[in-house]
Amino acid sequence: MKSDEVFDVLIAGGGLAGLSLALALDSAGFKVAVIDKLPPVEMLEEKYDGRSSAIAYANMRMLEVLGIKDKLLEFGEIKEILVCDGKVKDGAQKGGARGFTLHFDEAEISDSEPLGYMIENRHTRLALDKAASLRENITRITGQSYITHRELGDIVEVEISDGRKLQAKLLVGCDGRGSKVRNNAGIKTNKFGYNQTGIVTTVKLEKPHNSVAYEYFLPSGPFAILPLPENRASIVWCEPHAKAQTIVKQSKEFIEAELQKRFGDILGKVEICAPVFAYPLSMELAADWYRPRVALCGDAAHGIHPVAGQGFNLGLKDVAALAEVLINSRDVGLDIGDEIVLEEYAKWRRTDTMMVALACDAFVRLFSNDFAPLRLIRNIGIGVVDNISPMRKFFCRHAGGDVGDLPKLLRGEELV
Amino acid sequence: MTDTKINSVNDDEIAKFAAMAEDWWNPNGKFKPLHKFNPTRLAFIRDNVKRHFGIDDNSQPLKGLKLLDVGCGGGLLSEPMARMGANVTAIDATEKNIKTASVHRDKMGLEIDYRFTTAEELLKTHKGAFDVVLNMEVIEHVNNPKEFLQTSLQLLSPNGIMFIATINRTPKARALALFAAENILRWLPPGTHDYDKLVTPNEIMDALSIEKSLKITGPIGVSYNPLFDKWSLGNDTSMNYMVVAER
Repeated sequence: MKSDEVFDVLIAGGGLAGLSLALALDSAGFKVAVIDKLPPVEMLEEKYDGRSSAIAYANMRMLEVLGIKDKLLEFGEIKEILVCDGKVKDGAQKGGARGFTLHFDEAEISDSEPLGYMIENRHTRLALDKAASLRENITRITGQSYITHRELGDIVEVEISDGRKLQAKLLVGCDGRGSKVRNNAGIKTNKFGYNQTGIVTTVKLEKPHNSVAYEYFLPSGPFAILPLPENRASIVWCEPHAKAQTIVKQSKEFIEAELQKRFGDILGKVEICAPVFAYPLSMELAADWYRPRVALCGDAAHGIHPVAGQGFNLGLKDVAALAEVLINSRDVGLDIGDEIVLEEYAKWRRTDTMMVALACDAFVRLFSNDFAPLRLIRNIGIGVVDNISPMRKFFCRHAGGDVGDLPKLLRGEELV
Repeated sequence: MTDTKINSVNDDEIAKFAAMAEDWWNPNGKFKPLHKFNPTRLAFIRDNVKRHFGIDDNSQPLKGLKLLDVGCGGGLLSEPMARMGANVTAIDATEKNIKTASVHRDKMGLEIDYRFTTAEELLKTHKGAFDVVLNMEVIEHVNNPKEFLQTSLQLLSPNGIMFIATINRTPKARALALFAAENILRWLPPGTHDYDKLVTPNEIMDALSIEKSLKITGPIGVSYNPLFDKWSLGNDTSMNYMVVAER
């Protein structure tokens, strides 16, 4: 790297959002650098991130256009989603829960695409890393952290941990929930917790899951079984903090027994085959999306409750919208770091993000309790959704990310 | 560069113009409608210039072309044109606009020849000098639109292309474009436009008819969709519209 080099876009954070953005911008001829404190190989280890993400079908189209899909070693498909509102004992009944009250399947939306996909985050990272390493024009600055930045007229100067100062027209903070870029830019967040911790692990199932995702709304919090390849499933199990902390300290056999209670016997014997992680659940939304020469993208802009699997999906939608706005703006001679351009991006993403965040929040609040009148209302509500086909279709398309004014990448189109 | 170079102005003045530049370049400030519309009209200008001159280059499509931006204001068009490679001269009859635009140009490190002058004055030294002439949102502010357009044609080179954008003089434009934009949406300061000064497409065609061989395209309607907060081009010329004249 020459010391006087000015990048078009500097990306702080080489995670899912950061590398997807780098790939999208590189394919449009932008000069991009990605700063990441971890060398790529460490991020691929299972202990770094035990989570899996549901990828909406519109977002999978995007991963395909960016050359990421064919680098994925494996991914699961979700062909059906069964939603059940029940107590633990209901789930343990023979033949499954007390009846799945809500049912979505792929035939509702199209013949060819599943409702969504399940990918373990470490596989996504590996695929992104492979795809990015094939692009010789993407500069990877690994093992270094973003320290601070300042705006200098038509450029932003970014200081990294080895003392180097890099220059770009735009800095994008893809540095996750605790975003330093966001803090240094003086963008506040609105944060609130749920007194819930998500216990996350992967299990091996005895009976075939047939690509069905199960979502139980138990009084203590949502419990989801998400199909992975090799007849495994990713588990997201929400419990109050204290209880969750107690659970994760128990033996593998104890946790398996607790899981088995919630699974019932529809999937046979359940065996834990990965480390058990605990993530406190909270919602944290940035008050703004940009400052002059600085934009936020992914979790840096919005950390939401994982109940509907929308976190990574929202991040990919940010990437698609930001890349398209930057390309279109550059092509008409606008300054890509200018607030005028960044406002276009914010306008595109603001409403959608708020809607998804509020919906996820309402979902959790509505379902995570055992108050009888609410239980009745939600049973009626679920019954209504399930009985009206267009409404169900709407929910499927929404979960699939296929609504609104979609950026090109989410329609599966090339950017240039 | 010209006598408007900002080093001839004192520090207080520079601070004042820097503040005005912030105003002009604030996406949510008083020139919000121009910013919203800008990407649409920039793409329209770029695509027509590329077609007219048979240009293939996408990274600097206007490279080497001499472009005149009449009534440049804070430089909202001039700067993107310069970034697309054009050799830009920009004039405005309001001195503070020229100073404001110059301050912002220097901050952006661009080369644009800003001049505090009128089209009539410029014609004395620059007859037929420009490959591209932009008259965007300006004829509604001049005293004699017909003379003004004919002066603009004289500034255009023998194979040049000229763009005109303005607001139509219709009751709908009066009600919506002027009243709503200035009073309800608060997009523009009240009194920005004077209804009687608005120009119809026919009046533009009449002024351009002085040169029979001109190839005229338009009027092309420009409409605003409040639902998507987006501008688009189409057939509805009852409010904002554009005309292209080519030699």
